[in-house]
Amino acid sequence: MLKIKIPFIVCLILLLLSIPFIFSEYWLLILSEILIMGLFAISFNLLFGYSGLLSFGHAGFFGVGAYTAALLLQHNITSIFLIIIIGIVVSGIISFIIGFLSVKHDEIYFAMITLAFGMMLFTIAHNWTSLTGGSDGLPLMTMPVIKIAGKEFSFFEPQTIYYFTLIITVVSTFILYRIVNSHFGLILTGIRENKNRLIFAGANISNIRLFAFVISAIFSSIAGIIFCFFSSMATPDSLHWSFSAKPVIMSVLGGAEVFLGPLFGSIVFYILEQIIRQFTDNWMIFLGIFLIPIVIFFPKGILGTFLNVFNKEKGGKNG
Amino acid sequence: METFVLNLLNGLSWGMLLFLISAGLSTVFGVMGILNFAHGSFYMIGAYFCMEVMHIIPNFWLGLIVAPIGVGILGVVIEKTLLNKIYNRDVTFQLLLTFAILLVLDDSVRLIWGAGYHIVDPPKLLSGVFHIFSSTYPIYRIFIIIMGPVVGVSLWAFFYFTKYGKIVRAAAMDREMAEGVGLNVPAIFTAVFALGSWLAGIGGALAAPFQSIAPSMGERIIIESFIVVVVGGLGSFPGAFAGALMLGLLESFGTELVGEIQMALPYMLLAIILLIKPTGLFGEKQ
Repeated sequence: MLKIKIPFIVCLILLLLSIPFIFSEYWLLILSEILIMGLFAISFNLLFGYSGLLSFGHAGFFGVGAYTAALLLQHNITSIFLIIIIGIVVSGIISFIIGFLSVKHDEIYFAMITLAFGMMLFTIAHNWTSLTGGSDGLPLMTMPVIKIAGKEFSFFEPQTIYYFTLIITVVSTFILYRIVNSHFGLILTGIRENKNRLIFAGANISNIRLFAFVISAIFSSIAGIIFCFFSSMATPDSLHWSFSAKPVIMSVLGGAEVFLGPLFGSIVFYILEQIIRQFTDNWMIFLGIFLIPIVIFFPKGILGTFLNVFNKEKGGKNG
Repeated sequence: METFVLNLLNGLSWGMLLFLISAGLSTVFGVMGILNFAHGSFYMIGAYFCMEVMHIIPNFWLGLIVAPIGVGILGVVIEKTLLNKIYNRDVTFQLLLTFAILLVLDDSVRLIWGAGYHIVDPPKLLSGVFHIFSSTYPIYRIFIIIMGPVVGVSLWAFFYFTKYGKIVRAAAMDREMAEGVGLNVPAIFTAVFALGSWLAGIGGALAAPFQSIAPSMGERIIIESFIVVVVGGLGSFPGAFAGALMLGLLESFGTELVGEIQMALPYMLLAIILLIKPTGLFGEKQ
């Protein structure tokens, strides 16, 4: 399986690198957004797909990243490295506290509790006007500048944003991939499949889940940081629970049991949005109508179902 | 003293609305094991239905009776066509399905009635205000404060003293056994979901003259109801009542006492309860 995967992934990355030469700026921006949300969804899915914990408050961490970046930039701290490090620390601390309160609970309770705490972060962003600019958010005048070989690349340029997003997304996705396939990832899946067996085997379930929660939140906040560069502002919308729903929907669309399923879901999500928005602004109705049969009939999502069928035809080896 | 009474009444009226919604949420969960994300949308649709009924015949009482029935029918349709396909599936997928239903319902409401606010007048009997000390207070809110316990006690009496209530409780306790003694459990589930939707509809119709009607009203109440049921214990009636009261009073007095941080109080309550009693005040072991 791995032998097929590596050339495929190299081709994919080459294709992604060459995209600015093929597509218009409009599509470049949409593609950047697909990648950002794809990274967000993959980090969310570390919890959902691999630990079986459905978080409805992940936009909170995404927003923590976006606001950290915006606040630092407002105070003229333009080092990308520093912004990402501080973003990781801040989201790590906040997610540790929220995670500590939530991970002892399963399924339904976990979903409700994370939703509530996500909305708490939204409330802070929305109401603490003196710090966060309230409902208007924080628009940014300064942006980090990347210098390579004496040439300056501005983050106001779609191409710079695209390449930056691509690099961060690929690196983060690779790290998450290693985590999922590590010993730790196996324990995580073990808890999802049979919690009691793991408890009897001596695993401290709460700590393992908390660790996964924090990692998932940190990568969500990195996606939020890129999103802040991308939209050159931070808005409270990006913490709202309807925003938390996006990675949920993407994971379900693409398939939560496949590692790249959420990224695939992100592509489907934006293609659907582009098509439906040509006819109506109320595109959520159609998203819902599209989602219902997937939840009922194809719980493995589009990519997951496809891979299942594909593997069966190849002779029944489960990938 | 005066502000105390006003805060108390405000807290009670919002708390009672919260109670109606949380009670429905809790009933459906207790019997069917499904957390209905779209419950707040049912509440919102109840308010819109009430408004529509009053456009045709301008009588609030008629709206209060007809709108919840309409929402109940909507609930039956949803249960019969969608929910009953996923009863033996993972709870997460049940939650996802009700979330997809929420997306469809909320945006449909936006499509039909627009994103703007609508206002419904309270009935003649309850319009007007009464005097407390030097302030005035709308009579309609007192009506809501009374309606909460009335509906709550009737529900409780229904579940504990009538034959049908006992059947529902039997189905909730042990589904297989209930089927074994010849109860039609799928029909009971449909009925319970209809009851839950109907309750949300009553809440919505009651809320119509109380607050302005807008597509976002369902969202606010469902999030607060989630807090209520976690604080009180999911599936527990007294828990829903206590949780709703605490949240309502906390919000009304919070504005007075702590000012701007008031918005964070419900979440603080949630965090404290999770720390000291993770199963909720009246919750049994999960």
